[in-house]
Amino acid sequence: MKVIGQSRRRVDARAKVTGQARFADDLALPRMLFCKLLRSPHPHALVRQLDAGAARAAAGVALVLTGDDFTVAYGIMPVSQDEYPLARGKVRYVGDPVAAVVAASEREAAEAAALIRVSYEPLATVASPEEALRRPEPRIHDYGEGPNVHRLAHFAFGDVESALANADRVFEDVFFYEGNTHLPLEQHASVAALDPDGRLTLWSSTQTPHYVHRELARALDVPAHRIRVVATPNGGGFGGKSDPFNHEIVVAKAALVTGRPVKITLTREEVFYAHRGRHPVLMRLKTGVKRDGTIVAMDLETLLDGGAYGSYGAASTLYTGQLQTVTYHVPRYRFRACRAFTNKPPCGPKRGHGTPQPRFAQEVQLDKIAVGLGRDPADLRLQQIESPGALTANWLRIGTIGLKACIERVVEGSGWRERRGRLPSGHGLGLACSSYLCGAGLPIYWNEMPHSGVQLQFDRSGRVTAFCGATEIGQGSDDVLAAIVAEVLGLEAGDVRLVTGDTDVTPVDLGSYSSRVTLMMGNAAIQAAERARAMLAAAAATRLGVPAERLAFAERRVFDVENPAAAMTFQEAVVAAEVAHGTLGTTGSYRPPRSAARYRGGGVGPSSAYSYTAAVVEVEVDATTGWIRVPKVWVAHDIGRVLNPVLARGQVEGGVYMGLGETLMEEQAFRRLPPRLSSALVHRIPSILEYKSPTSLEMPEVVTYFVEEPDPGGPFGAKEVGQGPLLPVAPAVANAIFDAVGVRVDEVPITPDLVLKGLEEKAKGRKPRVGPAAFPAVPWPEALVVPPPWEGGDGKAVNEKAQSRDVLPTAHSGTAGVKV
Amino acid sequence: MKSGSDERLARIALKVNGERRELLAAGYKTLLEVLREDLGLTGTKHGCELGECGACAVQVNGEPVLSCLLLALDCDGASITTVEGLARGPELSRLQAAFADLGAAQCGYCTPGILVTAQALLDRNPRPSRQEIAEALSGNLCRCTGYLQIFEAVEEAARAGAETTAPAAAGREVS
Repeated sequence: MKVIGQSRRRVDARAKVTGQARFADDLALPRMLFCKLLRSPHPHALVRQLDAGAARAAAGVALVLTGDDFTVAYGIMPVSQDEYPLARGKVRYVGDPVAAVVAASEREAAEAAALIRVSYEPLATVASPEEALRRPEPRIHDYGEGPNVHRLAHFAFGDVESALANADRVFEDVFFYEGNTHLPLEQHASVAALDPDGRLTLWSSTQTPHYVHRELARALDVPAHRIRVVATPNGGGFGGKSDPFNHEIVVAKAALVTGRPVKITLTREEVFYAHRGRHPVLMRLKTGVKRDGTIVAMDLETLLDGGAYGSYGAASTLYTGQLQTVTYHVPRYRFRACRAFTNKPPCGPKRGHGTPQPRFAQEVQLDKIAVGLGRDPADLRLQQIESPGALTANWLRIGTIGLKACIERVVEGSGWRERRGRLPSGHGLGLACSSYLCGAGLPIYWNEMPHSGVQLQFDRSGRVTAFCGATEIGQGSDDVLAAIVAEVLGLEAGDVRLVTGDTDVTPVDLGSYSSRVTLMMGNAAIQAAERARAMLAAAAATRLGVPAERLAFAERRVFDVENPAAAMTFQEAVVAAEVAHGTLGTTGSYRPPRSAARYRGGGVGPSSAYSYTAAVVEVEVDATTGWIRVPKVWVAHDIGRVLNPVLARGQVEGGVYMGLGETLMEEQAFRRLPPRLSSALVHRIPSILEYKSPTSLEMPEVVTYFVEEPDPGGPFGAKEVGQGPLLPVAPAVANAIFDAVGVRVDEVPITPDLVLKGLEEKAKGRKPRVGPAAFPAVPWPEALVVPPPWEGGDGKAVNEKAQSRDVLPTAHSGTAGVKV
Repeated sequence: MKSGSDERLARIALKVNGERRELLAAGYKTLLEVLREDLGLTGTKHGCELGECGACAVQVNGEPVLSCLLLALDCDGASITTVEGLARGPELSRLQAAFADLGAAQCGYCTPGILVTAQALLDRNPRPSRQEIAEALSGNLCRCTGYLQIFEAVEEAARAGAETTAPAAAGREVS
């Protein structure tokens, strides 16, 4: 292959190194107005009165919008449409917007916003899921599966109780993974304007222009065909720009009302309030094993702190358990999950969406199991990797699995066999593995249309233009599209012109989330390009007088493989094809295969393929200060096929970096003000300076290995690389700290004070373990009983009716993302 | 639509990427705002406007500074180099080319600030060590790359020759 697998300059590199990439806030339009949001200073309050008179009369002000201007609720998941662009009667977290001011300048908008008088009646606040379970009133929302409980789930894939009772050993631990946020360098920004025909256009830093398109139409009550959403290049996303946002709907409305372009750019503090980041999750994991450490059953409970709104929570909840079965063979599995509402910015999807937390639990516990049974942690894993092509206990169909090779690479590279347990005091090695999906098997809203579409257009100049709704967020989706089309047509990646992420002109791609773009867009691109190649080949074959099947496309030429002299340029082939077929264009599309999981809730977890990762992390722990330094990481990723090694490596290193950040320092944490200040819950650190993230000085050396075993589900065999490599980092660090100083830290972030606490416990002869003590009582619903494939199941629940009453009591359930 | 607050405009003369620019701007405007809003040089980014992220870095008289913390008025008479001033016409500078080739720019948002900061480093230290590069860039956050490909790109540009000096540097010498 000429393009695929070659290290190349990405197609959008020039724009990015010259400052010409146009991000949303770089757009300026004539007569543009600026919008500022007035946000609630209370975490939970009724809005009794709002007086915007003075703001409306202020200099420069063109428009003030309030909750009265928006009557339709929206939200990314059809099962939890619980947001309004501006609060209607109630605010639910510090930062919840209550009004918007649109003025001639950003400064005037901000000054006028300060003139709005809002009378609040503060309500008692809910700070944690434990508190939400204890405190039914006041309710944050009037929907959910319990007072202040958003979602509950309970699945029994086989009889776990009896399997645990018969296990040689049962290991039980409680873990906690703190919330953290994406911290994209680009603050969210949007510009809305009416085009000359009066149609609405929104340019926005969004990862999901198609979903924004749908929600704008709903929330504004404007036909979708009169709305255009253009995803500008995202200055980092990581999941944080995947929801339709209040500010997007507000500026769109303001443009409709004023007839003028309206821009909003969030301040950094506001980005912390927009959030939708990693859920804090408390977990209890019970695993039964045979004497040699082979898993016989796993029982997982998760408790998610959802924050104030639904966001992706219905899916996040299920992701805290559904992917636990695809790495090692788990014969029986029980999974219970609860997502509570709290008065904090809403949590949502961040890189790894719902899975880094239970992955941390599983991989740290496996390390404990290995130590407890006197086994090497690498061997313990190698002996029970799930089989390629397997159907798991929860009915997920696995494709290729390169995990064995991944473990072998990092074990060899790190000198694991020789060095683990033998390093000087304070130095340690830890190993962990993981897997991730390559695109969610189902769309957010139920439909049977393609998940990704690609359209190719051919010009007589020989130029090919690829149109696709996919969204460039830095991960290189544009480069993947160009490379795949170029490979099939024998061109260079730079020969392909791209039009992406524009709902007016590109076929739908569902967006840059769930690591779906390379696989889904890639397959659609192959189909479109192969259809075009067939048309070009037919025309060229006639001109050259050779059978079409003997023609090859390479180096911008079309030629007879048996007689390369019989050839024409690619451009001549395009001309010949236009003569033969008329105006040239093709389409391609992709929809994931039907899942074997037929139970309610089984829509979360299925994917066309799964990637695998193994990592070894080396740490140095200072026993006096507790300070943790990570000098080196070895990471091996089963990517199926590397499309562009430069970009793939960048994704792995970026994932390791982000994983280290969450493991060692990042936390989206809150504190309660004293009662005289309303006991309000405020963000402890809504600034980049105080939200610690790794700088260039903290980044360790990273040795990256790729395992390439092409997966039949992926384009040229490719699987995802954007999210998976983050997952093993946190547990590998925790396991390395145990190797270094003999302390178990069962929570994230692992900060020096926790390590010191563990060392103190150890010095006192107590259990050298730091972490959460208990898992609270949760009113679990009756289990949805789904027999595993090897116990005679058919992928359906044996008691679906009993369960469906409990799981989705809210409206719109027919369009749930979790529906099968 | 004038606000009641003080909007008196100050005359500011800057040399931006080798070109003399004179403008009238409100005295409270930062160099970042003047570059982006008054001069249309949107290549320079903002990530916090509090001096915490490094996205807005530009060179002022050859030194990397955070343009969000500097009043434009205080730069009167200074030479400013932004990312738009790094290329030689249509030709990328060695540093830009290395960033493009080696994956140092993913989303590209921190890239302009990192490029001008790294260029300033190379201008004073043509063969920096890995540690010196990491220290020079420690005020520029990047959330995509994990920094390693950025380090490699700076090293590659250094290796590629002493003439990595940006054309804008030459521009600074034009009177």
